[in-house]
Amino acid sequence: MELLSGADMLIRSLQDQGIEYIYGYPGGAALHIYDALFRQDQVKHILVRHEQAAVHMADGYARATGQPGTVLVTSGPGATNTITGIATAFMDSIPMVVLCGQVASTLIGEDAFQETDMMGVSRPVVKHNLSVRHPSEIPEIIRKAYYIASTGRPGPVVVDIPKDMTAPNERFEYAYPKKIKLRSYNPAIRGHAGQIKKAVDMMLAARRPVIYAGGGVILGKASGQLTELVRKLGYPITNTLMGIGCYPASDKQHLGWLGMHGTYEANMAMHHSDLILAVGARFDDRVTNATEKFCPGARIIHIDIDPASISKTIDADVPIVGPVDVVLKEMLALVKDSKEKPDADALASWWKQIDEWRAFHGMRYETSPDVIKPQEVVEMLCRLTNGDAFVTSDVGQHQMFAAQYYKFDKPNRWINSGGLGTMGFGLPAAMGIKLTHPDDEVLCITGEGSIQMNIQELSTCNQYKLPVKIINLNNQALGMVKQWQDMNYESRHSHSYMESLPDFIKLAEAYGHVGIRIDRKEDLEPKLKEALAMKDRLVFVDIQVDPFEHVYPMQVARGSMKDMWLSKTERV
Amino acid sequence: MRRIISVLLENEPGALSRVVGLFSQRNYNIETLTVAPTEDETLSRLTVTTTGSDRVIEQITKQLNKLVEVVKLVDLTEGAHIERELMLIKLKATGSQRAEIKRTVDIFRGQIVDVTSSVYTVQLAGDSDKLDGFVQAIGTSGVLEVVRSGVSGIARGEKVLSL
Repeated sequence: MELLSGADMLIRSLQDQGIEYIYGYPGGAALHIYDALFRQDQVKHILVRHEQAAVHMADGYARATGQPGTVLVTSGPGATNTITGIATAFMDSIPMVVLCGQVASTLIGEDAFQETDMMGVSRPVVKHNLSVRHPSEIPEIIRKAYYIASTGRPGPVVVDIPKDMTAPNERFEYAYPKKIKLRSYNPAIRGHAGQIKKAVDMMLAARRPVIYAGGGVILGKASGQLTELVRKLGYPITNTLMGIGCYPASDKQHLGWLGMHGTYEANMAMHHSDLILAVGARFDDRVTNATEKFCPGARIIHIDIDPASISKTIDADVPIVGPVDVVLKEMLALVKDSKEKPDADALASWWKQIDEWRAFHGMRYETSPDVIKPQEVVEMLCRLTNGDAFVTSDVGQHQMFAAQYYKFDKPNRWINSGGLGTMGFGLPAAMGIKLTHPDDEVLCITGEGSIQMNIQELSTCNQYKLPVKIINLNNQALGMVKQWQDMNYESRHSHSYMESLPDFIKLAEAYGHVGIRIDRKEDLEPKLKEALAMKDRLVFVDIQVDPFEHVYPMQVARGSMKDMWLSKTERV
Repeated sequence: MRRIISVLLENEPGALSRVVGLFSQRNYNIETLTVAPTEDETLSRLTVTTTGSDRVIEQITKQLNKLVEVVKLVDLTEGAHIERELMLIKLKATGSQRAEIKRTVDIFRGQIVDVTSSVYTVQLAGDSDKLDGFVQAIGTSGVLEVVRSGVSGIARGEKVLSL
């Protein structure tokens, strides 16, 4: 058997795990590992400018591919800088392994230079964390970390590696474990057959059914099964912000997404339904609005890999714990074999009602002859990229406009921080995607507030030639904060605008990229085309959009799903 | 409602902090907590008493089960069970009080485990209500110090919590 140092074992384990890219930043406690990295070329390292960005890059990669991302940082500030990124991944159940250097085990607890209790600091925002206590454990710990991160309900796993565990002069036998088994961790591999049968009977007897799909469908790679089942049943489907793309947005059975800024028809259909089939969704507060007023006439079937997501905020009548792809496949087989068919008359009148809701509002906004509306920028981008780009976003109004007006027909293409709502996520996430999808269009739709939270990564983009397209919907304000202040604080705009915005064009140029400013409506299409035509350059497109625009629909606070503002003046 | 949840946990550094952290992170209540290794040294047995609505208790057991180091758990209050807590209590015992305290200790089936001319140290085991009852019977004015172990519990009959 081969003898390797802890650092070499770590890198070999990554190779044997099939890891191609890691994102990180070196420092004292990680130097043995960085040296091992230098002496090979199979695992490629991307040097970011701030550790938070490394985590978002790994996250973007994971969301686009379904494979776990990998991060390498040093102890202390290197490790604590990853926390926002880890919490972002945790809230959205993104598989990821974060390798953190640590001071030598002999120094732990002595407040050594760059010492932080990363096990303690990360604990509330990880699926699990592991600490290396002997170098010979490294291969097994790495195997375990990827196994836990990517199975069951995925999530980030932190591995804390004291510097003496990777010392070059101590060598141990290396073997990468083929299989891993943990007696205390056994995610469900199929749903309960009796519950699935019961659910299908209820689904076929429903008169006003709606399917409510979430990010779990994308994470569980179950879009195919879901689409087939929905088409077979002919039922309406809505999805969450995290579920965008799990069912083709251009399909007529799709009602758009639901919740706080969801479509009128999706929220109305949910509220008036008699049966909700929830698939890989978690009844988040941004979906349900006031839980006590949630969908009063609906019985609920809830499929989720995580039992703790079921009946957490809304009671399920039929809980099904299992992988969504397996459960949906069994449901489809039962639906096909069943003698019962959905009541065609009931379904026809349900669709008639839904079409009336669609006609009443749908997704719309008022255009202006001279001011550029943020919504029309997104619509135009969707048209110019044939709805086929990877789109990342930051957080705020631009995020909602992007999600509302870019029509995604495929999963894994809409990449945003839905759960934690992390500003600064968009650019590094786009970089992580572009690196492994060089031939695909990768757009980062952002705002002038969010983009400045990780703007330093323009430097990384130059080093690795990552030609993402940054679409800055510049309204010179923290738009969503301002919107809430308009609606709830009599337009007292407390700290929601920024004076002294940088000249983004010069900024992009300073980092070696191309900057394009658009402030006239007639320039919008030609200049967007010009930006998109520059395939091998990062283009920062700074677009001056209407600063007074609000995101609608918007659910009325503490109301039911059907209580919405449809514009600044219309409330239903 | 008060519940007693018994957990088999991997006996590893940091495992206990995950359990405790979960309770504070999700705003659950801990009334008592006891933990010690079992006859299998790779496992710890942890007993936590908590209160909450049925929904909260369901979430507590589900969230505990999600922790990678939790091997198994049971809500003992769902069935017949035995609950015990140990109390050591130091009491002022002078003059006529000495006989009175001795009688009360006997009634509660406790033992006086240490004696000085002015102090009795009493050991008492039982469910939490019994320990509360003893303190009440003695009266707080005579109590110098109390230490309680927190609740341990086990199911009655054939049911066992093991691998």
